[in-house]
Amino acid sequence: MPALLDKRLVFVTGKGGVGKSTVAIALGLVAARRGLRTIVAELASQERVQGLFFDDGGEQFRELQIAPGLFTISIDPQQAMEEYLRLKAGTIGQALGSSRLFQAFAMATPGMRELLSIGKVWELAQLNRRTRGGAPYDLVIVDAPATGHGVGLLRTPRTFADIARVGPIAHQGQTIADTIADHEFTGVIAVATPEEMPVNETVVLAEELARDKLLLDLLVVNALYPSRFESDEIDQLNAALTRTRSALARTALRAALSEHARAATQREQRDRLRDHVDARLVELPYIFADHVGLHELETLSDVLAAALNVTEGVS
Amino acid sequence: MNVLEMLEAKRVCVCAGSGGVGKTTTSAAIALGMAAAGAKVAVVTIDPANRLANALGLEALENEPRRVEPARLATGDLEVKGELWAMMLDPKRTFDELIERIAPDPGRAEEIKANRVYRELSTAVSGSQELTAIAKLHELDQEGHFDLLVLDTPPSRNALEFLDAPGRLNAFLEGRALKAFMRPTGVGMRVLGRGALPLLSGLRRITGIDLISDLTVFFQLLGDMTKDFSQRAAQVEALLRAPTTSFLLVTSAAREPIDEAIWFAERLHADGLPFGGVVVNRVHHDLLGNRAPREVRRALARVLPPELAVRVTENFRDYHVLARRDDHNLTRLSSQLDERRLLRVPQLDDDVHDVEGLLRIHRYLFASEAEREQLIDDLVA
Repeated sequence: MPALLDKRLVFVTGKGGVGKSTVAIALGLVAARRGLRTIVAELASQERVQGLFFDDGGEQFRELQIAPGLFTISIDPQQAMEEYLRLKAGTIGQALGSSRLFQAFAMATPGMRELLSIGKVWELAQLNRRTRGGAPYDLVIVDAPATGHGVGLLRTPRTFADIARVGPIAHQGQTIADTIADHEFTGVIAVATPEEMPVNETVVLAEELARDKLLLDLLVVNALYPSRFESDEIDQLNAALTRTRSALARTALRAALSEHARAATQREQRDRLRDHVDARLVELPYIFADHVGLHELETLSDVLAAALNVTEGVS
Repeated sequence: MNVLEMLEAKRVCVCAGSGGVGKTTTSAAIALGMAAAGAKVAVVTIDPANRLANALGLEALENEPRRVEPARLATGDLEVKGELWAMMLDPKRTFDELIERIAPDPGRAEEIKANRVYRELSTAVSGSQELTAIAKLHELDQEGHFDLLVLDTPPSRNALEFLDAPGRLNAFLEGRALKAFMRPTGVGMRVLGRGALPLLSGLRRITGIDLISDLTVFFQLLGDMTKDFSQRAAQVEALLRAPTTSFLLVTSAAREPIDEAIWFAERLHADGLPFGGVVVNRVHHDLLGNRAPREVRRALARVLPPELAVRVTENFRDYHVLARRDDHNLTRLSSQLDERRLLRVPQLDDDVHDVEGLLRIHRYLFASEAEREQLIDDLVA
């Protein structure tokens, strides 16, 4: 099986709030630095990635460059539909695309938004882009919606292929489903913070992926607190807490003990994840910063690059 | 203000927020607090952590509220005068029950449940959790067994999804757009005139005939039931807008959740939905006050070996990066809304997954303003 960055399409999945966008861009930076023309695609009009780089939220739904060799796009299902219809059905498609009734119907049809979004992702990953003037990408990284919806997204094309059975949607759904199932082409990353709920969901996600015969290429444990103190030092901190008369020293000691407790719980959760999910595991440190900006992303991408190099060739 | 004041005379409390901010735990702590104050409360959670579910005795998937045994709540010094009930939502089952309730006869309900379009709709599709959560809320409200219903909204990345997704799914179930296409004599055809015919053939060409016929069968099965969906949608809408309903936003103090909380508050305002307040979890309070960071190291040097003192100081400095961040974001948030409706819960040592943990959060949510200031002061002392 090829290494992660040798694939062309990588889905970054995980529960809400675990830092999927952060991991997606950090991975994008790693890939771009290796000379891969890379795009990070976010779905469901989240505009988080572009929000990090463009104060006005970026120019919506266009491919924008954010670093040398690294692009982003925020995929809008409606826009994707219009593009698809234009390409597939010519003038009739155009008429359909501009029909408000048809739009309402298509957008309301369960799963259609997901199918259209993933269809656009698929298009981005093609060497022969359908989009006029669209240059091919070496790697497409998808910042997927929160899990629960995440596996659903990967399953949508297959579902549509099954439901529609014959006809263009079935065909398109089948093509995309085959692409997703192709381990040479498509990879899946699960991101979790080392906390109870994200770990639980990631375990479930891994099971669901396995059921759908999809491989989990990488587990990213994000926002891991540093382990600053040894257990005998904790005794020293507790002893100091009872000895000191300084309120400030007490506050600092309590903050240290508190973080140590969290760091220890985090490690239990990380171990639980490692025990229950069979995939390579990479740790990213908690970022103590006002927010995760370009500088912090570069720090994370260095950690990620180092971790991927170390493990490359192992699997 | 505290939660007790925010929810005075309210019958429904919707806890909304983006993922990973402690929504489920906060919902449970709110329900516990209101029960302690004497109300009969039911909390509807979507996907609680196993340990929290166990702590509340939620092992059984009944899809109906069940009373949390008073003995389970007797661990702290909180006296629970009312009753706490809790349930875990099963979206698929809720959807099935909804169909069973409105189907004209059991045979039809079975046919619908076996329909492929329905099966897809009621499980995999985004929006089904949101729709069924609201349907359950509506059902419990109609039954009227509780003084207060607390709804923990489904885990999505975006809080607004909770407001938008049910509408989309409902629009589909009402079948307006589709019917307009399917019936040659339908309203849509009349509006579109002859132009609709190529549209219809285009639709068939693009979607495949089988999908269209599956959908047609599905809507034939639904028949007049689509009217019920419309009616229900209207009733739910009325429930969410009622003066006895309150939306509480749950967030953390990091930049993006705060941005989202601000958008959500704006959206509630624009849509005329009742806003109760904001609970900000995991706040890193400023522990330094007006003292200089180097004083920390000096104070520690008296009681710790130098190298260990350095690491404790580093930890403190890192903590304060987050304290400054949180303060900045909270200032931004409070400039957008009534400061009194902002409740801060500090970063705790541990994830919350038991009744004691709920009590730790509860203190910050239900304390009077004076008590809350004292609690924050205690963090620093």
